[in-house]
Amino acid sequence: MSVMLRPTDIGELCDLVAAFAGKDDRLCLRGGGSKDAIGAPTPDVTVVDMRGFSGVVDYDPPELVLTVRAGTPLAEVQALVAAENQMLAFDPEGLGTTIGGVIAAGMAGPLRLTRGGVRDHLLGFEAVSGRGERFVAGGKVVKNVTGFDLSKLMAGSWGRLAALTEVTLKVVPRPQLQQTLLLRGLDPAAAVAVMASALGTPAELSAAAHLAWHGEPVTALRLDGFAPSVAARRAMLARDALAALEPIDDDEGDALWDAVRHVRPLASAPILWRIVVAPSKAPGVIIALPGAAWLLDWAGGLLWLASDSDPADIRRVAEAGGGHAMLVRGDTALRGAVSAFHPRSPALTALETRVRRAFDPAGVFETGRF
Amino acid sequence: MSLCMPEPDAGVLARRAEIVAAMRAIVPGEGVIDHADGLRPYETDGLTAYRQPPLVVVLPETVAQVAAVLRWCRDHAVKVVPRGAGTSLSGGALPLADGVLLGMAKFNRILHVDYADRIAIVQPGVTNLAISRAVEDEGFYYAPDPSSQIACTIGGNVAENSGGVHCLKYGVTTNNVLGVELVTIDGEVLRLGGQGLESAGLDLLGLVVGSEGLLGVVTEVTVRILPRPETARALLIGFPELEGAGRCVGEVIAAGIIPAGMEMMDRAAIHAAEAFVNVGYPLDVEALLIVELDGPAAECAHLIEAVARIAEANGASSIRASSDDTERIAFWAGRKAAFPAAGRISPDYFCMDGTIPRRRLPDVLARMKLLSEQYGLGVINVFHAGDGNLHPMVLYDANVPGQLELAEAFGADILRLCVEVGGVLTGEHGVGVEKRDLMPAMFSAIDLAQQVELKHAFDPAALLNPGKVFPTLHRCAELGQMHVHGGKLPFPDLPRL
Repeated sequence: MSVMLRPTDIGELCDLVAAFAGKDDRLCLRGGGSKDAIGAPTPDVTVVDMRGFSGVVDYDPPELVLTVRAGTPLAEVQALVAAENQMLAFDPEGLGTTIGGVIAAGMAGPLRLTRGGVRDHLLGFEAVSGRGERFVAGGKVVKNVTGFDLSKLMAGSWGRLAALTEVTLKVVPRPQLQQTLLLRGLDPAAAVAVMASALGTPAELSAAAHLAWHGEPVTALRLDGFAPSVAARRAMLARDALAALEPIDDDEGDALWDAVRHVRPLASAPILWRIVVAPSKAPGVIIALPGAAWLLDWAGGLLWLASDSDPADIRRVAEAGGGHAMLVRGDTALRGAVSAFHPRSPALTALETRVRRAFDPAGVFETGRF
Repeated sequence: MSLCMPEPDAGVLARRAEIVAAMRAIVPGEGVIDHADGLRPYETDGLTAYRQPPLVVVLPETVAQVAAVLRWCRDHAVKVVPRGAGTSLSGGALPLADGVLLGMAKFNRILHVDYADRIAIVQPGVTNLAISRAVEDEGFYYAPDPSSQIACTIGGNVAENSGGVHCLKYGVTTNNVLGVELVTIDGEVLRLGGQGLESAGLDLLGLVVGSEGLLGVVTEVTVRILPRPETARALLIGFPELEGAGRCVGEVIAAGIIPAGMEMMDRAAIHAAEAFVNVGYPLDVEALLIVELDGPAAECAHLIEAVARIAEANGASSIRASSDDTERIAFWAGRKAAFPAAGRISPDYFCMDGTIPRRRLPDVLARMKLLSEQYGLGVINVFHAGDGNLHPMVLYDANVPGQLELAEAFGADILRLCVEVGGVLTGEHGVGVEKRDLMPAMFSAIDLAQQVELKHAFDPAALLNPGKVFPTLHRCAELGQMHVHGGKLPFPDLPRL
């Protein structure tokens, strides 16, 4: 059983990290723990529960900027911005996650296709490095090029660089109307072609996915905006030979996008891969791995794949499509044997190592999980 | 030159002939320039206050040549300054007396466009506007539009993380780049990112964008392209009080409207611009807003009305909506001419570039007015109101003894004020040499040390673009300005926003 520590102020966290780094010991940073089962098992590691850093620091809705402590539950952050008719545009999934955890995992939802990912909305942060030093980077305004853009590195760093204590996020207005339009019965190649063609019009889709929904394949396109605008853009799509698009009601639409965001159709699959490719390459990946169950988000650019094929084959196929495959679910034996991240070239691996050392020279955050 | 750059290495200067010969062995023919007359065009960039001819200019044509140049320079401890079109307003491409200037102008080809995946793969010397031109027949464009887009290169945009008038809605360079090929100082050729939306592992691409040439040399860029919106329309709104204009901006955004562009000018800027281009700006107002909306015609019509209602509720004294593109462009003409207009009313000016939280605008402008009285120098303000990016222009006359120094001090005070109210030193022009010595106003020694550690992860001997971004020991720089003398702008043909 892991030891769990729960610092509540930054001085305490600095001391703790410095002490562990000094002893050549390891720390695993943890938010809500919703992604504990991603990466290699690390049963004996000391866990730092970051939920002691909680609460809103500053939120002025017309500035489109929100500063919160990193251990604040995502649900709380979402409720806060929803009350002001705003949202986190990167559309994160997350039951039981913290905002810091969402950022560290860097996993964005369906709106990522057009609104940007976690990386695009993290404006600045405060953190504790592997040296046990508090530092800040970025800023608290939406436009800033002062210094290196370390926010990009923190998003998706999985706790390997520094412990996030406070984050400043860009928020956006919540659209007045969301309308979901469906095409039924397409195969993956046809679905990806339809999504590409819709995204090639000025109709400004916000999301596009293809999945098995109530037992049949559906291709879902979403339009967000003011009512007259959504109506005009729907007419624009119809003009572009997508006349068969069928609107579904709001509740059904919400349920569908929630399912995509949380990959619900593959919830019971024992092994799950997250494959990022150029959208046009996704059908080829599916064809090359017969027998797999899958879900396509980001117009095909994100392929969730439930497959017990040889991991090496899956990665080879993803790479052939110019992409990469991350193992996000598997039993402990599989996760112990297969790295979560897609392997990088030796030169890139060496550079990544030097970058990690720049934040964490003693490797205090290198638990062996990744 | 009043700016402190790293002391040239006498040993390197003494080896100049050997270095030139080595470069010629890598890049044959006219790709190596060592004659004084040939070096002069490269001695400065858009920040013309500072000039320094480089040791030698090298213009490679292949990735292998770039890699060989960098590897040779690393092995022989020679500094390298990368350069695109040289339009930087912060001195990012300022050469070093003991450094190779690596010009990427010959990498000027568009390699591949994929409309289904909505990407363009281009070489770094392709201009920003050329990307949009290459895809416009298919109804697409590349969204970030820095005001120098006719000349600036995509490689330079990547280095500076360039913005533009439309970045409130469409994002800056980093939000629109999917991948780069990067050559390190070790001569290694790396691919960061790719054609998908995310990279495997750490987001090194995100770190490289905006790194001002300190981490590597980009030899290929993959950008996202977007379908061009069906229509664009603009509103020209005058306010008798600055506060009303500020509230209007906040309420437009609070209403859920993200305009494609939202610009503000103060009284002095309005008068200077109107006198220069005569487009019918109202002269009896304290603030002028230009709000541009794009999308389907029905959406623009709907939002034009919504914005006009908000403007009225905040005391607007005049509201005009463009009925066609000619009128829309006329609304912009004065704003786009603000810099040359300033050059007409003052012999010299410095253009600053700070960002503030928008709510602090009335406050900041009031304090700027006080500073203006204290220093006895005029200031006019144009402002990317949507994202809080201020461009105050400090007016002075370099021929009056002491005014240059006063203007410098005034400019530095403005940037410190931006930081004090919760903002930042630079919204889009970059740190370069210009704001380098002000970095401690925003970052602690530990914060800066963390960034320098990253620099060393890529370039341990600090050979790539040294003397930029990070403060040196001596504080002796002119701070935070684009230097304009005698009304002569660097790149006078470029609109400056």
